[in-house]
Amino acid sequence: MAGNIIELTGLTRKYGQFTAVDNLSLTVARGEIFGLLGPNGAGKSTTILMMLGLTEPDAGTARVCGIDPSTDPVEVKKRVGYLPEEVGFYDDMSGLDNLVYTACLNGLSVKEAQARAGKLLERVGLGNEKHKKTGKYSRGMRQRLGLADVLIKDPEVIILDEPTLGIDPAGVREFLDLIVELSREQKITVLFSSHHLHQVQQVCDRVGLFVAGRLLATGDVQSLASQLFGKSPYTIEAGIETAVHHQGDGTDALKKREEIRNALLEIRGVNEIREDNGIIHLSCSRDLTGEIAAAIISSGVRLTSLSKREYGLDDIYYRYFEGGENHE
Amino acid sequence: MTSITDILKEEKTMNRIALTISGLLDRKKDRIRHPFRVIMEKEIADHLTGWRFIILTVIIALTCLGSLYTALSNMSQAVKPNDPEGTFFFLKLFTISDGTMPSFMVFIGFLGPLLGIGLGFDAINSEHNRGTLSRILSQPIHRDYIINAKFAAALMVISAMLFVLGMLVMGAGLITLGIPPTAEEFLRMVFFILLSILYVAFWLNLSILFSVLFRQPATAALSAIAVWLFFTVFYPLIVNLVTRSMEPSAAASPYQLVAFEQFRLALLRVMPNQLFSEATTTLLLPSVRSLGPLTMEQMIGAVPGPLPLGQSILLVWPQVTGLAAGTIVSFVISYILFMRREIRPR
Repeated sequence: MAGNIIELTGLTRKYGQFTAVDNLSLTVARGEIFGLLGPNGAGKSTTILMMLGLTEPDAGTARVCGIDPSTDPVEVKKRVGYLPEEVGFYDDMSGLDNLVYTACLNGLSVKEAQARAGKLLERVGLGNEKHKKTGKYSRGMRQRLGLADVLIKDPEVIILDEPTLGIDPAGVREFLDLIVELSREQKITVLFSSHHLHQVQQVCDRVGLFVAGRLLATGDVQSLASQLFGKSPYTIEAGIETAVHHQGDGTDALKKREEIRNALLEIRGVNEIREDNGIIHLSCSRDLTGEIAAAIISSGVRLTSLSKREYGLDDIYYRYFEGGENHE
Repeated sequence: MTSITDILKEEKTMNRIALTISGLLDRKKDRIRHPFRVIMEKEIADHLTGWRFIILTVIIALTCLGSLYTALSNMSQAVKPNDPEGTFFFLKLFTISDGTMPSFMVFIGFLGPLLGIGLGFDAINSEHNRGTLSRILSQPIHRDYIINAKFAAALMVISAMLFVLGMLVMGAGLITLGIPPTAEEFLRMVFFILLSILYVAFWLNLSILFSVLFRQPATAALSAIAVWLFFTVFYPLIVNLVTRSMEPSAAASPYQLVAFEQFRLALLRVMPNQLFSEATTTLLLPSVRSLGPLTMEQMIGAVPGPLPLGQSILLVWPQVTGLAAGTIVSFVISYILFMRREIRPR
């Protein structure tokens, strides 16, 4: 209990017939970087809005820092910094003035605010641009200013909703490193929402997989893989000669492919087969490289490549967001 | 020698003054302001430095100047002997015109809505479109601070502007006429300005309501202007059409005539501008005794003379209440809509 800074239980939010968030339960421990991974429209933003009390849940409760945001949003917002997807600033004010305004809203005096804003702008690398109007900031600069804006209230938790959208790769890397650094330095819990799995993999201690309003699995990348691929922890990719398709007429080629497929499925431990462009992806419960090679060769097709793949979020992502042909 | 010591002393004092001033400024920076004040001060600063407010002020100031000029040049003809309003010479500044240029009173009635609409039509939706709304609302403030502060800031700016304009007109009159206003005239003036503020506040609230309703500031501005045009141009036409068909014949009984006239007035009084012009006329022309039809019986024995201020205010109390009610209703609707709205980033 004491360790959990965010606790969501049975959280549900409906828009008419459409259920945006469906019975979501989630805990985030103090000090960790939690990644909320899901495709667009999965309900990540809605969940975040409910955590801040900006929208009311239809069912279930949220507790952030031990406070219920739907009854006491102000107390929650004192402790939680939120960086929205596309953060907006007053374009006719300088970066510094924008930060000072936010700080004053958080109950700081102007003097204190200016000191702290100056320090934070230095920290996020905008020290030289602090007197420039934010209308002239680039996308990456705005995002870094957004991070400073979130940190100025000295939060316990920061929630970042797709913070890297529209930044170039170098900028993303820098931005993510900054988040990790700040979180470790100041012991801030970070909730990082993204549809970008590599970024999540890069920074997060724990990941929650969020699809169509439901949390499918949580854990670090390894445990996520074993949760999701419990039965088939190995993926083997076998390349077959595509020329086989051109031998004889079309039906012959199809038959041949079907043959290989059946032969492969007969091997004990092969759970799923996916084929694209002459490469067969097999999910297996054991290391079956040898058996697979033998099966393909004995079927008369030339094997061009064979590789064992390790699991990453990539596989998790494709498995859940795109879905393969399941065979269990 | 004494001069040198004087200079030294002078410098010391100056230094002390400079120190005190910087100390005061520092202390101001040290003060922790309530979030509501923070928002309000920013909104006021935005209004005052924005082009929109400057343009609106220039338009209104120029028209004021025009009406003041016509009023001053026609002052000599305006005062007739045995005029019951002769004692209220000064108030004529606001009401007389020679027909080429409307009076100050009419101008405020006409441009006031424009001022209110101009300051309110993008209050909420522009914040939303810029993406600042969700950022500000994720700060530890209550949601209604934003809409309340926006309203309060615009109202303060409007009040300051109308008071300044009114006082300037008075000052100009004082200089050119050479007659100081009496205490009652001054009070009537102040009430007139307060009434104008209320009237502008009504349109301000209406445009804030539209800014909550419509995502695009242009749509909100156009709808507010449409309402304004409807009330100033089309509604009187419609009332005329409706009442003309119901007009009683000349031979109808006086009761019927009175009832008809009251019905017509009731229809007209739906218009906020009608309420405003009735109220201002009564306040600025103290000889106005009634805003509805009067029978001969009621007139018999009445001494033609100005009403005291208290009586004038009593006469326009329903109009003032009506305007205030309209203002409050549109504010409440926009408040409720805004509080229930889900704030999504952009």
